[in-house]
Amino acid sequence: MATAKHELKLGRATREAFGDALVELGRENPNVVVCDADLSKSTYTHLFAKEFKDRFFECGIAEANMVAIGAGLAHAGKVPFVSSFSAFLLNKGFEQLRVTAAYGRTNLKAVGTHSGISIGEDGPSQMSIEDISLASSLAGFTVIAPCDEISMKELVKQAAHTWGPFFIRAGRAKCAVVYKPDQKFEIGKAIEVVPGTDVTVIANGLLVTEAVKASDILADEGISVRVIDMHTVKPIDREAIAKAAGETGAIVVAEEHLVDAGLGVRVAQVVGETNPCVMEFLGIENTYAESGTPDDLLDKYGMRAKNVIEKVKAVLARKKK
Amino acid sequence: MIYHAKSGHPGGSLSAVETLVTLYFDVMNHRPEQPDWKDRDRFILSKGHAAPVLYAVLAECGYTPKDQLNTLREMGSIYQGHPDMRFIPALEASTGSLGLGLSLALGMGLAAKLDNSPSRTYVMVGDGEIQEGQIWEAAMFGAYHHVDNVCCIVDYNKIQLDGWVKDIMGLEPLADKWRAFGWHVIQPDGHSIAELQAAFAEAAATKIKPTVIIAETVKGKGVSFMENNPKFHGVAPSADEYKKAMEELQ
Ligand SMILES: Cc1ncc(C[n+]2csc(CCOP(=O)(O)OP(=O)(O)O)c2C)c(N)n1
Ligand SMILES: [Mg+2]
Repeated sequence: MATAKHELKLGRATREAFGDALVELGRENPNVVVCDADLSKSTYTHLFAKEFKDRFFECGIAEANMVAIGAGLAHAGKVPFVSSFSAFLLNKGFEQLRVTAAYGRTNLKAVGTHSGISIGEDGPSQMSIEDISLASSLAGFTVIAPCDEISMKELVKQAAHTWGPFFIRAGRAKCAVVYKPDQKFEIGKAIEVVPGTDVTVIANGLLVTEAVKASDILADEGISVRVIDMHTVKPIDREAIAKAAGETGAIVVAEEHLVDAGLGVRVAQVVGETNPCVMEFLGIENTYAESGTPDDLLDKYGMRAKNVIEKVKAVLARKKK
Repeated sequence: MIYHAKSGHPGGSLSAVETLVTLYFDVMNHRPEQPDWKDRDRFILSKGHAAPVLYAVLAECGYTPKDQLNTLREMGSIYQGHPDMRFIPALEASTGSLGLGLSLALGMGLAAKLDNSPSRTYVMVGDGEIQEGQIWEAAMFGAYHHVDNVCCIVDYNKIQLDGWVKDIMGLEPLADKWRAFGWHVIQPDGHSIAELQAAFAEAAATKIKPTVIIAETVKGKGVSFMENNPKFHGVAPSADEYKKAMEELQ
């Protein structure tokens, strides 16, 4: 039975969609303010800075300070977005995120761009492969990793409209458009991108596209793969996970993140607590990557549809008949 | 190199050329044939994005192969986008996240003192980079603990990533700031080898206080259309620009 293949046209980077969302938010709410740390042309906050000069605060190369400034703005009633490369925002600003934004309970929105290894030539010092892990360890934070421009734009807006601290993960590379413009999104609610019955691939970010491609290829081999976009890592959609575990009895989790600390372990926890089933995990294995083109890096570090297929076959081999 | 890689940071590499050349060819005690010599002087490029100038100097010294310089930023190249010790063991640090190098240098300086080693440690930071709070924590530490075998060089080229330093987070009065933190301050022309040589000699002769050399430089130095042009912080030249730049640099 041949299924219709998914059309996956290359769209814009999620960081660009973030920039657009900020401008729209700025127009609708005068309390939206933005801070950046000498990377506004890379994070796309320069679009907001151009239109709303007085509501944009350039913090210089001082990410830790920027985060706490943002928390202060939040405490005083603003809706602040603080942005930098994910690596610098999370690693330099973690204490500030923890104490001033999480423990201090604020309405701070932290947006890290250039996440994962797909930033390319700049190499490991600028690659964020532990941001989901760090952000998810902040009590009370909502953590989001959208996979395309449409979900990014919509989820950034919802984050602004939802009180509480957020971490939003964006990428540098242009990526495929997964969703139609009229797709509905809800924070904390996973989306079944492809229906399937034999096995479920739960992914976020760039790996959603790869999982969809894998499901198309596997459909031709008679394997029915459900693909779930877990755009919200925290709070995680327990219902969707329990349902997938119960109905398909085999789960692969795929992410552009350290495999032992990201989405995978969080999904595994829910699987263990609900409908235990066989699982496999695809991610970056206990290493820092290197310089290279984004494509070469994604190939070398196993972030492709072909790698998803390998994991699917491995998990199916372990699935009890 | 940057042209062949089609990405990289020409501006902050060109502003640092004379400082690195002076250090590696006149000032530092080091042995390219024995990179792990215990009493060597050390250099840390804290502003790791200027890796191309460091790679060119290391290759010229004989630490690394010259014929691979044009593999900059390619997968598998030892010349990674930012200095990476996994690929070049002769590097003193893997850098690229700004703000860390001065602390590392002070740690090395303290170790040299404990070991009664004559080794001196040099560290170059960017002017944008010193907006990081950790730099000033390190500055306080260095003066308080009299780490006088460390010399910090600020590449004062007045430009950072998004534009001019003065428009992003001005640093002035910069020399007074370092003095107030207890450092000996020298302000040479960072493109004059003679002035740099004198500054490094003065730094070595200065006891108790650590020294900071605030090198007055021009970002993109030597290439007319790159000089003082924020665009060339992190953009590779086009084919035409490359040709013109190479003519001007001859
Ligand atoms: C912690 C951190 N924040 C941000 C960056 C991104 N970044 C790379 S270079 C740069 C500007 C550096 O400016 P400056 O220190 O003046 O360097 P130079 O002018 O010598 O190139 C920025 C913001 C980084 N590498 N590390
Ligand atoms: Mg500078």
